Amino acid sequence: MSKILIRGAKVLGGEPQDVLIDGETIDRVGTGIEAGDATVVEAEGQILLPGLVDLHTHLREPGREDSETVLTGTRAAASGGYTAVFAMANTFPVADTAGVVEQVWRLGKEHGYCDVQPIGAVTVGLEGKQLAELGAMHDSAANVKVFSDDGKCVDDAQIMRRALEYVKAFGGVVAQHAQEPRLTEGAQMNEGVVSAELGLGGWPAVAEESIIARDVLLAEHVGSRVHICHLSTAGSVEIVRWAKSRGIDVTAEVTPHHLLLTDELVRTYNPVYKVNPPLRTERDVMALREALADGTIDIVATDHAPHPHEDKDCEWAAAAMGMVGLETALSVVQHTMVDTGLLDWAGVADRMSFRPAHIGRLDGHGRPVSAGEPANLTLLDPAYRGVVNPADFASRSRNTPYEGLELPGRVTHTFLRGRATVLDGTLA
Amino acid sequence: MKRHLISAADLTRDDAVLILDTAEEMARVADRPIKKLPTLRGRTICNLFFEDSTRTRISFEAAEKRLSADVINFAAKGSSVSKGESLKDTAQTLEAMGVDAVVIRHGASGAPYRLATSGWIDAPVINAGDGTHEHPTQALLDAFTMRRRLVGHDAGIGKGLDGLRITIVGDVLHSRVARSNVHLLHTLGAQVTLVAPPTLIPVGAEPWPCEVSYDLDEVLPKSDAVMMLRVQRERMNAAFFPTEREYSRRYGLDAERMAKMPEHAIVMHPGPMVRGMEITAEVADSDRCTVVEQVANGVSARMAVLYLLLGGSEPAVTTTSTPRTEESK
Ligand SMILES: [Zn+2]
Repeated sequence: MSKILIRGAKVLGGEPQDVLIDGETIDRVGTGIEAGDATVVEAEGQILLPGLVDLHTHLREPGREDSETVLTGTRAAASGGYTAVFAMANTFPVADTAGVVEQVWRLGKEHGYCDVQPIGAVTVGLEGKQLAELGAMHDSAANVKVFSDDGKCVDDAQIMRRALEYVKAFGGVVAQHAQEPRLTEGAQMNEGVVSAELGLGGWPAVAEESIIARDVLLAEHVGSRVHICHLSTAGSVEIVRWAKSRGIDVTAEVTPHHLLLTDELVRTYNPVYKVNPPLRTERDVMALREALADGTIDIVATDHAPHPHEDKDCEWAAAAMGMVGLETALSVVQHTMVDTGLLDWAGVADRMSFRPAHIGRLDGHGRPVSAGEPANLTLLDPAYRGVVNPADFASRSRNTPYEGLELPGRVTHTFLRGRATVLDGTLA
Repeated sequence: MKRHLISAADLTRDDAVLILDTAEEMARVADRPIKKLPTLRGRTICNLFFEDSTRTRISFEAAEKRLSADVINFAAKGSSVSKGESLKDTAQTLEAMGVDAVVIRHGASGAPYRLATSGWIDAPVINAGDGTHEHPTQALLDAFTMRRRLVGHDAGIGKGLDGLRITIVGDVLHSRVARSNVHLLHTLGAQVTLVAPPTLIPVGAEPWPCEVSYDLDEVLPKSDAVMMLRVQRERMNAAFFPTEREYSRRYGLDAERMAKMPEHAIVMHPGPMVRGMEITAEVADSDRCTVVEQVANGVSARMAVLYLLLGGSEPAVTTTSTPRTEESK
């Protein structure tokens, strides 16, 4: 196997060090390491992070290969510095059986750009009525540990309680898309000043907060682990903070777009800003940033949601909800969290690699950058400034809200078990 | 004026007064034996209706024909537009046909804005009602009606609605008419009060340039005009209010309530009226109720908008010899 020497990179933003990769693992970390027969990557001024892990990706295969496939999605992930993604279950067919999760898992292995860890549906067909075969999905080759009906909320309190209890048998976690369905009928955007003016159906913060409040209490009652997907309001932050202070085993994620964008953008009626949960207010954005910084929110997850052009190039009400995010996530986090002084690079490694891997109980990812560990690594140039151009995306879809926006940072190299998936900023 | 009319909120006071003055001029055409002007001869206007509204479409069509425009009516039923791209496709078809203006009615808020700003089409876009967002020509005809009744026909020329107290009653939450009126009436200097049960006032309406009250009886004596909005019976099933009876008891306008209004005050309704729940027959048929005038004024107001967006710099009514003040820009 080949050897690679990464020379002079700031490991987790610290002092420059050399990292020698031998085969699939990190051989040595130190200073003045001899290159020998290793290929040298000059990384002066660059930041070396453990390979990023996304707990919330929509790969669309099977069923919507016109938006994304496991291949195009994992290429996008590698471009964004990810070495592992958790693929959401709302495919066609739904990933609610061992067969479907194994298929997705195998496709990830075959393509080799990024490890794909399928998420299993909580209920059959995401219909919220009957538990899917959670145990069979766990026992399959895909070894599923995260379950979610994402896209829909598990709104029946009894089903949610049972799911939380049931997955304890194999260390699983239920990831909840918190959206009270009756309070969000016809919802098009955040309910508030802008929705009132635009005459678009409101998605009130309380529809998210009430479900989170219920679910943390359920998790406490049955002694289970619950994960909150794409938390988006200041009120949700307070509930999670309270639950953690009480010792409830809850974790939460925030998306890059909820760290940066507000519902003011909906005034353009441009469906590129249509997403679920919706973009909230400036006050919410600031609360989310602080919560991510202080650890109340555990991780950043992209909710990468590819859609073909025709599903977005239309009137707002008819448009699909969602944004692509894998390729811009790290830049948005640098822009909103690092360049603002809220989080250092070690914090980024924690929120985008260590903790998501831990929440998903994913072996081999989210490991320290030290000798003997799997060589899953991401190298980033933080000084880079560039304008987002969707034409450059590896994702099959282009529905990014950042088109034309200047963002900092660029992934120059991504290594998956010692093999470069991105080399000098280009997919290998 | 802007190139499109998407929202009453976009109109400056000067724009709005200019439209009302022009509408006053257009109204005189209706009194002539031949109700037609050559102004838009050779121009093609498409009425693009994705949502049924015979009243609004006929009003626009009458306005267009009185200005001698060629009219294309395009009606797309809800089912055929379930695929999102059809608005874009339709727009591009119209563009290819060389349409000079598009009047659009759509069930989705923001559809006219999308049409005007997405580069799908070059022609001016006139919003004839979009979802629960806006219906600016309705607000213009309402303002025109108020100015004629409460300020005076010729006496109103050049004036706004300064100091008038206007009350809008009913389902504000789902009403594009209310949204447009709040903005336009404020721009024209009126004081607006919204009256509705709290369930029918949108969350987030606090910054609107108006007052909100839940008590109709308290507001009526201080109103120069009371605009009743249509309340759909379905709202009852969605728990916006308990029963039809309770709604009429608290927010319906009957003769007894009308008696609390100042003598000069008028009652307005965008139509079609459902007599009973929000307005009794007695009130609807009284001579203080302007519903029929509103229909006639709708044609004048829409002629004014079409003329100003499409007409260029000629005076609208070339055959009248009334000297015009500086108007066309
Ligand atoms: Zn979701």
